[in-house]
Amino acid sequence: MATLKELAAKDELFSGGHRLCSGCGIPPIVRLLLRSAGSPVVATSATGCLEVGTSIYPYTAWRIPWIHSAFENAAATISGIESAYRAFKKKGRIPADKEIKFLALGGDGGTYDIGFQALSGALERGHNFLYVCYDNGAYMNTGIQRSSATPLGSATTTSPAGAKRPGKQEWRKDLTRVVVAHNIPYAAQASPHNWRDLEGKARKAFNVAGPAFMNIISPCPLGWYSKPEDSINAARLAVDTCYWPLYEVENGILRVTYRPKEKKPIADWFKIQGRFKHLFKPENSHLLDETQKRIDAEWQRLLDMDGKAVF
Amino acid sequence: MAIVTGKQVGLTGNSAIAYAMRQIDPDVCAAYPITPSTGIIEEFSSYYADGQVSTELITVESEHSAMSACVGASAAGARVMTATSSQGLALMWEMLYIASGMRLPVVMTVVNRALSAPINIHCDHSDSMGARDSGWIQLYSETVQEAYDNLLQAVRIAEDPRVLTPAMVCMDGFITSHAVENITLLADGEVKGFIGDYKPGRSLLDTDNPITMGAMTLQDVYMDFKHEQSMAIAGAKEVVVEVGSDFGRRFGRHYGLMECYRLEDAEAAIVVLNSAAGTTKVAVDELRKKGKKVGLLKPRLFRPFPYAEIAAALKNVKAVCVLDRADSMNGFGGPLFSEVRSALYGLASVPKVMGRIFGLGGRDYTVEHSTAVFEGLYRIIETGRMEELTGYLKS
Amino acid sequence: MKKEKEGERDVPPGGVIREAGSAHGYSTGGWRKLRPVVDSEKCTNCLICWVMCPDSAVVVKDGKMIGFDLEHCKGCGICAAECPDKVKAIKMEEEG
Repeated sequence: MATLKELAAKDELFSGGHRLCSGCGIPPIVRLLLRSAGSPVVATSATGCLEVGTSIYPYTAWRIPWIHSAFENAAATISGIESAYRAFKKKGRIPADKEIKFLALGGDGGTYDIGFQALSGALERGHNFLYVCYDNGAYMNTGIQRSSATPLGSATTTSPAGAKRPGKQEWRKDLTRVVVAHNIPYAAQASPHNWRDLEGKARKAFNVAGPAFMNIISPCPLGWYSKPEDSINAARLAVDTCYWPLYEVENGILRVTYRPKEKKPIADWFKIQGRFKHLFKPENSHLLDETQKRIDAEWQRLLDMDGKAVF
Repeated sequence: MAIVTGKQVGLTGNSAIAYAMRQIDPDVCAAYPITPSTGIIEEFSSYYADGQVSTELITVESEHSAMSACVGASAAGARVMTATSSQGLALMWEMLYIASGMRLPVVMTVVNRALSAPINIHCDHSDSMGARDSGWIQLYSETVQEAYDNLLQAVRIAEDPRVLTPAMVCMDGFITSHAVENITLLADGEVKGFIGDYKPGRSLLDTDNPITMGAMTLQDVYMDFKHEQSMAIAGAKEVVVEVGSDFGRRFGRHYGLMECYRLEDAEAAIVVLNSAAGTTKVAVDELRKKGKKVGLLKPRLFRPFPYAEIAAALKNVKAVCVLDRADSMNGFGGPLFSEVRSALYGLASVPKVMGRIFGLGGRDYTVEHSTAVFEGLYRIIETGRMEELTGYLKS
Repeated sequence: MKKEKEGERDVPPGGVIREAGSAHGYSTGGWRKLRPVVDSEKCTNCLICWVMCPDSAVVVKDGKMIGFDLEHCKGCGICAAECPDKVKAIKMEEEG
């Protein structure tokens, strides 16, 4: 397990001067990821906050080779890069002892929704890469529209808190489970507030042979209507309320990597975010109750599976 | 598969392309099946399965991902190829612009097929014409031999450091892709010697010199990038000529920007792409026997568009019919018509130019159709009147 | 190909940026309303502030937190919020 002193001694491969929002949850995730690879990393980002914020010409925050191609194709793009790497290794154009890790990054829009097909295809084909979804629960880059990752009841610009429809009316897609169903060597959920857990998972994910996937919750002050200084705490509460359980599935065995000492009510997480404000009105209490019930049930399901084979 | 007679080999267009791809032996091929180009990737997959290529073959889950993987691999510095048709090319549309905007020399065979709706698997040029402004070089091929030769040349054209622009080689679905023709193949060593090694000036796999590709550009530079790209593709014309001449010197088959068939003294001419040119040549020969001064212009390079050369070739013709195997759905004929007519505008004496749409969705184009077009052109020459500027060929 | 066109600016083909981390030369310090100030007497160099900083703006040298890169710090206040309760060595102050 690396200490922060050891991690801080490694090169900073993600520079300041990027244009991501103040208090954005994405950079701490990326900074940890790049330090956990252990080898040079080549990365691609789907269109989204991370891409736009880090690559406004002629400025780039990346000190690794990085490419942005389009919104829905991060997994397909990395497939091509990784295949070129294998071709070059075979032909001796890259020395046999040189190892490169491949990383694809996308937000929830670029991963759960528009990039889902490309992700599924790349996982099935078995490319050796890590896909990381930074899940902030909506299309934040285009101005907070609902995605299939948006929580039930959350107000977005396309699921506003209306009189008849108070926020998003559907439960979110459980993408991590869908990815697990691809039978890849490694899949996990992580959170930036728990850097030790995140870094350890990323190290495993980079080092398995074949595809790996990490779904990482990424607080967004803009779209969550939360205070920038609360971002890391918001991630912590998502985990302590068990809205965002930390777990991994390694070679088919599920392991819950963190159990809150005291499981907090979902309202604790909701109340620091403006996007859930309307759920505290009496007429919307059923949404709060429904959320709590489902979270409890899903957390219990995970606990029941802890240490067991997922299939 | 191959039927060998002496030096000539009987091959379908798809087989010839797959054979050329085996000889080129690209680093990466990412592809998805679609009629009528599927055969190319099937045969290439056989070469791959038998270990006859060193390529990494990525059998992706869609054409969009095919081109996305090609973009990734090409950005990594690999020599990259693919093939598609119709809806597949349409699904790639977004990625075509990204490949060309990033100046990635991907080479793709497009086996021309109609676009839905209604669905139709047969030949027309709606697919590649829909991609005509995507910043790709487009070479059109009348025959299996031309498709084979064009593909080899496309690699060199696209990868030329002055060009660095992706290229598509088009041939007619079924008519060329599935018909067996006798062609002359090059030896593997000749192909290797002709195309040379690809030496990319940048690679994502050079982790010691990390580059950022696909950056966000704003109002201050986007237009400059487009201007630079525009000049590069315009300049590709010279490289097409250069590469065509070298190909001719080496192998005896000469290629330029277009083929002019009995056009020198022609009064009436047809302009048409791909396999229909072959049919038109038969009509030209028959009418020439009857003393009619008719000829054919078959553009080989459509992107960039060799407007000056086309105008020069047609300047003494009295009446021209441009046959389009695609409709621009603009009430003004097809794309080849619009561009040829525009190219002629600056001439001191402009020929009469009409446009006809033909052969959509695999509709036959026969010598009789061609002859009827020439007769129509003669009526225009004789009466000085054009009754219909654009329209569909009666068939 | 030709470079003689008037008004054309020289741009690298394909928009490639060859200077890795060039964003370091772009200042985002002006976004800041509050400035982080560390009390080095109290600081235990746990480096939580460093790992949580979205702007790579906590400067660490030889394992010690030595201050902030104010060219890039956007003043989000995560460092102050996440500084452990028993330590609380970072305060956010109004920009003067």
